[in-house]
Amino acid sequence: MELLQDYIAFWADKYASIFDYMLEHVLISLTVAIISIVFTIPLAVWMTKMKSTKLRSFIFNIANIFQTIPTIALLAIMIPIFGIGFTPAIVALFLYALLPLLRNTYSGMESIDQEVVEAAKGMGFTSFQRIVKIELPIALPYIMSGIRVTSVYIISWTTLAALIGAGGLGDLVLAGIGYNDTFMIFTGAFLAIIIALILDFVLATVENKLIKL
Amino acid sequence: MIELKNVNKIYNDGFQALTKVNVEFQEGKINVLIGPSGCGKTTTMKLLNRLVDYTDGEVYFNGKKIKEMNPIELRRQMGFVIQNIGLFPHMTIFNNVATVPKLLKWDKDRIKKRVIELLEMVNLDPNTYMNRYPSELSGGQQQRIGVIRALAAEPSTILMDEPFSALDPISREQLQDELLRLQTEINKTIIFVTHDMDEALKIADNIVLMKDGKVVQQGSPDSLLSNPANDFVKEFIGEKRLNSNNQLNDLSLANYINKDILLVQSDIRIEKATSSLIERKVSSAVVINEDETYNGIVSLYDAIENNSSEINSIIKKASLIIYENDKVSTVLEKIEGIHDIVPVLSKEDIVVGLLSVDKLFATLHHLTEYKRGEI
Repeated sequence: MELLQDYIAFWADKYASIFDYMLEHVLISLTVAIISIVFTIPLAVWMTKMKSTKLRSFIFNIANIFQTIPTIALLAIMIPIFGIGFTPAIVALFLYALLPLLRNTYSGMESIDQEVVEAAKGMGFTSFQRIVKIELPIALPYIMSGIRVTSVYIISWTTLAALIGAGGLGDLVLAGIGYNDTFMIFTGAFLAIIIALILDFVLATVENKLIKL
Repeated sequence: MIELKNVNKIYNDGFQALTKVNVEFQEGKINVLIGPSGCGKTTTMKLLNRLVDYTDGEVYFNGKKIKEMNPIELRRQMGFVIQNIGLFPHMTIFNNVATVPKLLKWDKDRIKKRVIELLEMVNLDPNTYMNRYPSELSGGQQQRIGVIRALAAEPSTILMDEPFSALDPISREQLQDELLRLQTEINKTIIFVTHDMDEALKIADNIVLMKDGKVVQQGSPDSLLSNPANDFVKEFIGEKRLNSNNQLNDLSLANYINKDILLVQSDIRIEKATSSLIERKVSSAVVINEDETYNGIVSLYDAIENNSSEINSIIKKASLIIYENDKVSTVLEKIEGIHDIVPVLSKEDIVVGLLSVDKLFATLHHLTEYKRGEI
């Protein structure tokens, strides 16, 4: 009982800075998510259309390599290149998000029945119309599941970005470790989970609206 | 009108898919491209909307070289139905059918009117089906949608790539019948690819038979059946079909004429006719003029009803008259739906006898039974 009262007192005291950390966290995560979606989906579509299988596997290998580098190491590598703060965090997290989004979009595009593509061609769709009106909508379930998984990952990875001075809920956790303050560690972790759950819920709603099958 | 002149298609790996193909697809007719797999029939069809490009030669569409036309616009002028239906799974039936009109930017009211009209054409209730998704329809219904989707923008030409081959036999028959019925209303130039000879013989006005990238024979189904160009054509059509066609033509109408009939003169009194009919135990007689030419028929029923008057008042014309030199196949076409007796006349209109319909059908039945059993 006493614990709960203490925790409420902690919130009452710190709520303003907790919200700041949270906002930072959301800002970093969303920026990374949006940049990676905008960059990766067209890349994956282009990869399904390219004739050279070598180039395609080269791109996949690069994305794979980024994924295998430990998160902390990748963030640290960014420091000599971009310094500390927001930018290196965005770049590092973006490189991380590349693979799951790329893979899902690529598989989604590859899963489309070639008969449907041929029908669209034969009916006189231009290549662009075909991609936008036929192929992407059909691949949407795959793409959306890629976006959901990646977004949840990004939110959890963003916690580590505090290590290179990007801010966010990671700061709360790190400070908690420094002061041996369980409340701070718990609050940072708990809020990161809540943000991830809310985002996943929002994306699920969007998905259901878009995919009516 | 579509014409292929000396068309060759050689793939990059050197494989020659088509060799000197010369074909003329007849306007407003069902043109069937047929042959064993790998014969180039689908390639030939896909040349027409430039899904495949040809190496040399020329293809003319309404007098224009298709190589000089914009492929996107060319495709929008041709309906396209593919083997595995290829409906867009994420679109409602309405949007699927409306695809090409939307690409052509028709206004909304016109599109809606057209979609409803098309759905009614294939007996699918627009209110029930318009907002459904393809996965909610049976295979046969889906391919009906595939066919009307190709018709939507009123193209003059429709390309169909083995459209019914993935369906079960019953749906396939239904769709073939529907296509034939539709074609009497729409009169499109249809290019239909199939490997099924029965299907080709059933629907084609013009058959183009191909083998190894070359056209082996083209012509009407009858001309292929009666004059197969070589052994390959014979083999591909199948002995059984050739035989049954020949057997039908070999049947002589003479075997089906009943000559033992009652003839009455046109000037006798009815009582006399009635008593002859009763005496011979038949229900009708053929009335002839003085010079023995055909006049009409009288039935026992009418004769008894009007017993006291002149025979002239009860003579009826037969709904179908045939001549003894007619072919059995011609007679079979005409006889459908006729329940009267059918008089058979000579060239000079002299009555030879009556057609023995039962006997003819018994023979026909025997022939088709044999065909079914063997195939």
